[in-house]
Amino acid sequence: MCGITGLFLKNPSLEKDLGSLFEPMLLQMSQRGPDSTGFAIYRNPASEPQIKVVLQSPDPSFDWLGLSSELRAILDPDLVMTPNYNHCLMLVSTDESTLNRELMQLLPSLGLTIVSIGRHIEIYKEVGTPETVAECFGLKRMTGSHAIGHTRMATESAVTTAGSHPFSTGNDVFLVHNGSLSNNNRLRRSLISQGAVFTTDNDTEVAAQYFDIKLQQGASLEEAMTSALSDLDGFYTFCIGTSNGFAVLRDPIACKPAVMAESDDWVAIGSEFRALADLPDVGHAEIWEPEPAVPYLWENALKVPVADTRAHR
Amino acid sequence: MEQVFDLATIPLRELNQALHDCLPDASKSVWRIINPKGEHAVACGVDTPADIEIRGHVGYYCAGMNKQAHVIIHGNAGTGVAENMMSGTVRVKGNASQSAGATGHGGLLVIEGNVAARCGISLKGLNIVVCGSVGHMSGFMAQKGTLIVCGDAGYALGDSIYEADIFLKGKVDELGADCMEKNMTEEHLTFLATLLETAEVTDDPASFRRYGSARSLYNFEIDDADAHT
Repeated sequence: MCGITGLFLKNPSLEKDLGSLFEPMLLQMSQRGPDSTGFAIYRNPASEPQIKVVLQSPDPSFDWLGLSSELRAILDPDLVMTPNYNHCLMLVSTDESTLNRELMQLLPSLGLTIVSIGRHIEIYKEVGTPETVAECFGLKRMTGSHAIGHTRMATESAVTTAGSHPFSTGNDVFLVHNGSLSNNNRLRRSLISQGAVFTTDNDTEVAAQYFDIKLQQGASLEEAMTSALSDLDGFYTFCIGTSNGFAVLRDPIACKPAVMAESDDWVAIGSEFRALADLPDVGHAEIWEPEPAVPYLWENALKVPVADTRAHR
Repeated sequence: MEQVFDLATIPLRELNQALHDCLPDASKSVWRIINPKGEHAVACGVDTPADIEIRGHVGYYCAGMNKQAHVIIHGNAGTGVAENMMSGTVRVKGNASQSAGATGHGGLLVIEGNVAARCGISLKGLNIVVCGSVGHMSGFMAQKGTLIVCGDAGYALGDSIYEADIFLKGKVDELGADCMEKNMTEEHLTFLATLLETAEVTDDPASFRRYGSARSLYNFEIDDADAHT
């Protein structure tokens, strides 16, 4: 099982309503995945050299204020921290390597983990049903340009916050996954030899690192998706978020479901149609099922035409 | 008298219970279902002579196990529409997702749009008419019944098929294992014409090609006996 939902707003006037449009989509997918819930939201882009980091603590009463004074001394005197339940959004002006080095030293002893790093992206994820998790983080009131969410029914690794989707691959890119990979262990070893660092046993993290390394090596997202069709074995519907769009890829056998819809104002994906049923003017939207083994890609609210990939099935 | 069920206000179980409360030998009843909003199992397991009209898109297994009823879906249908239907008719005005008409035993399923993968998988006697195209592995292991496709078919059409018939008007990506093109006799043309007419589809029967089992996969060959010892 597992449920995927994604909403990209083409009409900027709807951005103030992103959370209230997106939350019901996520809640509709509760039955597909009640174990853990997560969502990535793209909003309030940071201007260079600022970076947005979302941190997570297992303790909802963690002293973020204390941490912020410590980090101000090390990283940036103007650093801003905005706690949200057991997550905290940090806005910091520094270069990424200093940031990584300092956080790697400091965070493990405090039991903190990095959930996302980027200029646009914020990821919030926790164990629990969509209803409780969305409520904890106040999803309904969030604004932004696009959001992608995941409701997990765990099948192959532990139900933990770290094992919840989305998996961020850095650089404002992240991944959610419905399905299970069958060659993830072999692929994990090969990615480790290429420099990937893993934090969980989760198969989706392997896919996330795979895309990250491909993109780092200079592949376009479309090229990375096309090569994934040959390199990743198993069942999957992937939804990948980028700073200005999103992408969808289904395995060649189409084991896992997906329904897409596009209107003048938005593009949306759901594991099932009911996730899309309450979107504004859905009655006039174009609705279709994405073809297996065909990458679908939107950038700046425009659909990007992709090459024929049928040879990969 | 027509009964209207608004699924925005009435729970789905109440609707299905009301349908199940109608006896198989009851006189004909008429139902209109509005606001299905992609709910699963709408009008499942009906066994009564009813006319059921559904206004909107439905989720999984709509009209599954249908007996006797005539169901029309004015919208798209999710996975497994009319799965294992026994008799009656189911008509989808939009598109259908995967496994449409899977394991169907009897009756008629008409889909006016396109259908995704595995249409008519393990068919057991149901007749399916698709006005658009079907996805890959359609007619997989189909034992009995008919799959008529007015558009194209994805790869592995009729893979491991038994004695069901496939009539295809458009092109096929690739035939599945043990599926071959077969002669279209007068008898087949007449059968196809009747079925198309019943389905209210106007395509010319002569424009279809017929596919079926090469019967080499499911027959025991005495020359292969050594492989089984």
